Amino acid sequence: MEIFGVPSALLGSQLLIGLINGSFYAILSLGLAIIFGLLNIINFAHGAQYMMGAFIAWLALTKFNVNYWVALIAAPLLVGLFGVILERTMLRKLYKLDHLYGLLLTFGLALIIEGVFRDQFGISGESYEVPDALAGGINLGFMFLPIYRAWVIVASLTVCFGTWFMIEKTRLGAYLRAGTENSQIVQALGINVPLLITFTYGYGVALAAFAGVLAAPVFQVNPLMGSNLIIVVFAVVVIGGMGSILGSIVTGIGLGLIEGLTRVFYPEASAVVVFVIMVIVLLVRPAGLFGKA
Amino acid sequence: MSTTKQPSALIKTEVLYTGLFIVGLIAPFAVYPTFLMKLFCFALFASAFNLLLGFAGLLSFGHAAFLGTAGYICGLMVRDMGVTPEVGIIAGTAAAGLLGWLFGVLAIRRTGIYFAMITLALAQMVYFIVLQVKATGGEDGLQGVPRGHLFGLIDMSDNVAMYYLVYAVFSIGFFIIYRTIHSPFGQILKAIRENEPRAISLGYDVNKFKLMAFVISASLAGLAGATKTLVFQLASLSDVHWHMSGEVVLMTLLGGLGTILGPAVGSATIVTLQNELADKVGSWVTVIMGLIFVVCVLAFRRGIVGEIQALIQRAGIR
Repeated sequence: MEIFGVPSALLGSQLLIGLINGSFYAILSLGLAIIFGLLNIINFAHGAQYMMGAFIAWLALTKFNVNYWVALIAAPLLVGLFGVILERTMLRKLYKLDHLYGLLLTFGLALIIEGVFRDQFGISGESYEVPDALAGGINLGFMFLPIYRAWVIVASLTVCFGTWFMIEKTRLGAYLRAGTENSQIVQALGINVPLLITFTYGYGVALAAFAGVLAAPVFQVNPLMGSNLIIVVFAVVVIGGMGSILGSIVTGIGLGLIEGLTRVFYPEASAVVVFVIMVIVLLVRPAGLFGKA
Repeated sequence: MSTTKQPSALIKTEVLYTGLFIVGLIAPFAVYPTFLMKLFCFALFASAFNLLLGFAGLLSFGHAAFLGTAGYICGLMVRDMGVTPEVGIIAGTAAAGLLGWLFGVLAIRRTGIYFAMITLALAQMVYFIVLQVKATGGEDGLQGVPRGHLFGLIDMSDNVAMYYLVYAVFSIGFFIIYRTIHSPFGQILKAIRENEPRAISLGYDVNKFKLMAFVISASLAGLAGATKTLVFQLASLSDVHWHMSGEVVLMTLLGGLGTILGPAVGSATIVTLQNELADKVGSWVTVIMGLIFVVCVLAFRRGIVGEIQALIQRAGIR
């Protein structure tokens, strides 16, 4: 079976990879957007924290024989706790300064985290076995669908929409949205804004680690896996704008799919297609697709 | 901001710069020239970057693209087309300026954090293009670039001759930056940095000034990159990598954001550190760079030169 002269199995598998990449873009840009909303900083360490999630899962399995499912919960909690410590000890001191200092601080943190992991584990990369329960695949007739890949998409979409639900429909989310609009008034109303900020940073970071654990069996676990991804995610954030949660999710997945299609029809451009789209969006709609001008 | 300087302070500044200039002239007889050349290339790179961040308030996280592109263009022209080094440098600088114009037109559509992310993403695009295009040698980089004969006459393979070329390039670049900062144009940049809406209401076409500053900064970063390629006879992927963009931010921050000598001092410190540490700690260099970043942002935001200036001012008041 062929579509536009491309075998459907090839098209299907590339679209699947695109969808997986898109899910990661969505989770990561969602985390960046939540953190930016309340803290007004861009968390450059997001990629490093994603990488930490993957490494914790790998270390847990190989060194302590802790299985995938435990790691899927534990790694985000650990990395989230790490984020809470960073926020309490360092980021907190920067809120009154120019927002750019937050970017610079987290860039420095990213260098430190990456450097330590590179020293410990080298750059060759480690592989993580797909857990037994999700091994194998289904033949859909036009393509072969590995179960783990389907799981990644389902799990990340669930987390994305769960986060959206929490922010839009719960009381905690209402505080968060109010804090994003005007944190001083929210504080005056008796809500513990500093705690809310700490929680938000921890949650955003935990999302990154969650994506990292999901990614471990798909990609190689490698100290540089995060920094290569995060720059693309920055472009995704510029394209979508950080104004809307659903916007981040839609933009992330859409761009992942476009990247997948590019890999089929014009592979040479697949590494730059997201950046090219960013350029076009900047020319046509500088505030981003979902951004407020 | 500092007010009009006293005549005595102006004379002191002139003495300082003249003194530094003379030190630079005799330096190659005391210090290993290749190290000095590397230092001056990075000092120019960081000073060019500082023109943008320190004086126009625009954080570009993609300055490696200009350094690297100019390096590759210069290297290709000198090696494969056989042009003389000065033509290569000029071509590289022009290419970086053109690229800077392209980046600038896109990036100034957004401000603040978005500006930083856009420049980073555009630079990453340049990185991938350099990686994939055949002419650049991909992972191996552009090797075996001859230094050639300056104006077709002076053999540049001699390290001391090459040093004086680098020193001349640095001095010209530094003078351009100095003049830009102290011109009416530089004052308007500062006004935009301090209060953009006000600058707009005063009738300045803010975007035009930002774009100008971006192009100047990119060209001078390119000037540094093209010269660096001739010094090391090599243009490599690390010159266009985002690590390099981060390094120049660090040099500027450490030396003193928005000070004239700060970036040069910062890059001298970082280059020396890297040289000293490279064989002792291996991959920990990145960690140390990250630590310096964190310390600078948390506790040392004025940087080395900024702190010294503050000390002098305090002493002067007493």
